[in-house]
Amino acid sequence: MNTHSARTLRPLFVMVLTLLVPALGAAQEMESHIGKLTGHSGSGKQLYFRYCWGCHGFRGEGNGENWLPTGSFADEPYLNIQPRNFAAGTFKSRSTPTGTLPTDQDLYDAIGRGFVMSNMPSWITLTDQNRADLIAFIKTFSPRWKTEKSGDPINVPPEPKLTVESIKHGQELFQKLECWKCHGPEGRGDGPSASTLTDSNDQPIRPYNFAVGSRFKCGVTNQDLYKIFMTGLDGTPMPSFADVVKPDDAWDLVHFLRTLQVTRKSPELTLWETTEEGKKEIASRKLSGTPTGSGIRQ
Amino acid sequence: MRIKRVHVASLTVITATVIASAIVHARPTGGTISGKVTYEGTPAKPKPIDMSKEPSCAKQHATPITTETVVTGPNNSLENVVVYVSAGAADENPPSQAVKFDQKGCQYIPHVLAFQVNQALEIANDDQTSHNIHPLPKLNREWNKSQPPGTPAITEKYDKPEFIPVKCNIHPWMHGNFAVLKNSHYSVSKEDGSFSLPNLPPGKYTITAWHESYGEQTQDVTIAGSETKTINLVFKARPY
Repeated sequence: MNTHSARTLRPLFVMVLTLLVPALGAAQEMESHIGKLTGHSGSGKQLYFRYCWGCHGFRGEGNGENWLPTGSFADEPYLNIQPRNFAAGTFKSRSTPTGTLPTDQDLYDAIGRGFVMSNMPSWITLTDQNRADLIAFIKTFSPRWKTEKSGDPINVPPEPKLTVESIKHGQELFQKLECWKCHGPEGRGDGPSASTLTDSNDQPIRPYNFAVGSRFKCGVTNQDLYKIFMTGLDGTPMPSFADVVKPDDAWDLVHFLRTLQVTRKSPELTLWETTEEGKKEIASRKLSGTPTGSGIRQ
Repeated sequence: MRIKRVHVASLTVITATVIASAIVHARPTGGTISGKVTYEGTPAKPKPIDMSKEPSCAKQHATPITTETVVTGPNNSLENVVVYVSAGAADENPPSQAVKFDQKGCQYIPHVLAFQVNQALEIANDDQTSHNIHPLPKLNREWNKSQPPGTPAITEKYDKPEFIPVKCNIHPWMHGNFAVLKNSHYSVSKEDGSFSLPNLPPGKYTITAWHESYGEQTQDVTIAGSETKTINLVFKARPY
């Protein structure tokens, strides 16, 4: 009797599901390729409507019910970073040049890593296949994935040996390229232009505060840091420096930027502290705010 | 043998057509649509821009420059309006020469730059400070590039027609506009509000006028021969 009613109810159940979850990606089946893994949007869709849509929204527009627009909490307007709008097809965390689509691997890494100081957690608990499927489904939200190919990852040459000269040259570049205009002279995210910054949706956004941050939005390694400023964070004020900074210079800048992270032990900071100049500079730095700069008042 | 003859005949026809159309295209005759863009009402007063945070730019301006979201001239004329053929003309391939967009004195010159789909766009930095050039398209690809002083011009292009706001995040007062258009029949209104769209073959055209603060309006115009038709475009100004 029970089995029988379950059987008769099954078509009804399927129908209700179909009504609840309209065939968004049905017309445009997408795949993702991450190493040996192949993700399928059909499977990813189920996962999306289980784990992601609460924040990223029904149509992937980053306006799910969990997101409250800036200003909802007067005291913490900048902590409330808007979830990615997949329909716009613009992504911060890429290995590819500014203006191009990220690789599947970039997206896969991003959801595995999560985004520090935002509400996006690490989804490392899902299986590799699940994450690959999700990436495939995310690509159904923007027509860009049908008309454009992912960009070619920028070349990151092997990291040269860390030297004091390298750090010093990086410091000169930090001045010359005017990174301090936004990130501040000590990298605290409090430069003269910092308070005026908005992202491409006109939401206030703050530059990264190196002084109290250990992780970056787009990774933790020196290679990740290299990629961040060479590719730029699309959709934000952070531009690409790939056309204006040579690879050797870029590595010097990476070495210097690490010394701004005074709360994070790194070979760069340790080496810089052994110099008279570096020791003085590090000692004079103040600590305040959060890595995304929300605590900083100008 | 017969097949060959047909081929020769059709080839002759094709050649004749190509030559004929080349002759027609070579002659720059046709009608002209020209006129003046004006406003009615009270426009917002341009506000002076404080560049004290960027001394190298501030010192280039004897008197502080003002915002350019609405630029007016004598007799209620409205500058920086893009007047273009939005319907009735065929899409065209881009011309080979690049259009130039300059950053000078922490200002975009020109404030409104019109060009064609896939036409080369050259962006130069003439300042002693770094700019980041950050156009904000919705349909085209969004990119954002740093351009320190003394670095070569950036060359880009857009493959879809769109009006694109441009900004520099480092200098928040810097605003400009790109108008990416499908054909060469466009004109940006001058200080006296004048515009001219020459070389229009006979036909029925929709003329669209776009202003960054006051929006869009259209007019239909029919060109019969080598006449000049005058249209007047009036925008409603807002005091805010």
